[in-house]
Amino acid sequence: MLNFLLFTIFFLCLLLGPIRGWTLSPDQALLSGAENALRLCLELGPALCLWSMLLELMERIGMSALLSRLLSPLLRRLFPRGWAHEQIREALSENLGANLLGLGNAATPAGIRAARGLAGLSGGRASDELCLLVVLNTASLQLIPATVAALRAAAGSEAPFEILPAVWICSLCSVLAGLGAAALCRRIWP
Amino acid sequence: MLTLFAAGLLLLALLQRQDAFTVLREGARRGLETVVDLLPALLVLFPAISLLRTSGLPELLGGLMEPVLGRLGIPAETSLLLLLRPLSGSAALGLGSELIRQYGPDSLVGRTVSVMLGSSETTFYVVSVYFSAAGVKGSRWAVPAALCADLACFLSASWICRLLWGR
Repeated sequence: MLNFLLFTIFFLCLLLGPIRGWTLSPDQALLSGAENALRLCLELGPALCLWSMLLELMERIGMSALLSRLLSPLLRRLFPRGWAHEQIREALSENLGANLLGLGNAATPAGIRAARGLAGLSGGRASDELCLLVVLNTASLQLIPATVAALRAAAGSEAPFEILPAVWICSLCSVLAGLGAAALCRRIWP
Repeated sequence: MLTLFAAGLLLLALLQRQDAFTVLREGARRGLETVVDLLPALLVLFPAISLLRTSGLPELLGGLMEPVLGRLGIPAETSLLLLLRPLSGSAALGLGSELIRQYGPDSLVGRTVSVMLGSSETTFYVVSVYFSAAGVKGSRWAVPAALCADLACFLSASWICRLLWGR
């Protein structure tokens, strides 16, 4: 997928650039892209590290466990079959709690454990519950979008966190749309 | 604000008799790991994004998609981001950071881009990681439903930002 994307980008640019006229020489553009990559890491690194420290502390204090417990009634309804098994139940709660806090390091392993468990229940088929788990994970549930806030701060924003309410509403719309599409799909998809 | 939050967390950790220093150090290590893991992918994709932007493709694409996007209320400046977001997180981060810088973080486009980036995920990457890790072939309706969620995210991001910060 990414290989194809990369090739397409280079191919399209070489096709389009001479026609539309480069705004910068292509070789210079490549170099400035690499510079941007390194600069962005230096700009985002400190904020991401600070945030990661706080997240670690939040997790150790038991905040993601608390979130998981608060959300368990919802999960029980969304994953009735998986919920009956203790291991899948724990993995599902952990995945959701870590996703909300933006703990990518913890969310993915827990999600994968839950996915394996759900796949085991359906004999290796993509069951409705497994698809739903994946759809939930492709919708960003993160409460504090730390990377974007750091990006905005690095670009000189006066209020990097001002977008928070908009991000929450938008995430909610996206999750609801995913759930709605899932509810429709599971009826009509073979 | 963040300082107050940190102080609260430290107090809670103290009450629970946690070794806050060790925990923080572990968090810092993980943060560094995240940045270091991110860098190689950024170094591959940012030059490609930079090339894309000098070729004039974003403007061409924006012009082509404007009639549809305009009617949906999505800023045409974000057209390329809409296409890249589900495919590659690093490419979207690169393009997003350049858009935010170009239009200004507190402009309507800058804010819309921020909200879009902050409330979506790299859909195709997540789908492939989960299904391959679970050993399941064929993702049935996961991709269409996930793309529905992405579309809802882009639409609502544009609408909310215009409602809150548009003139």
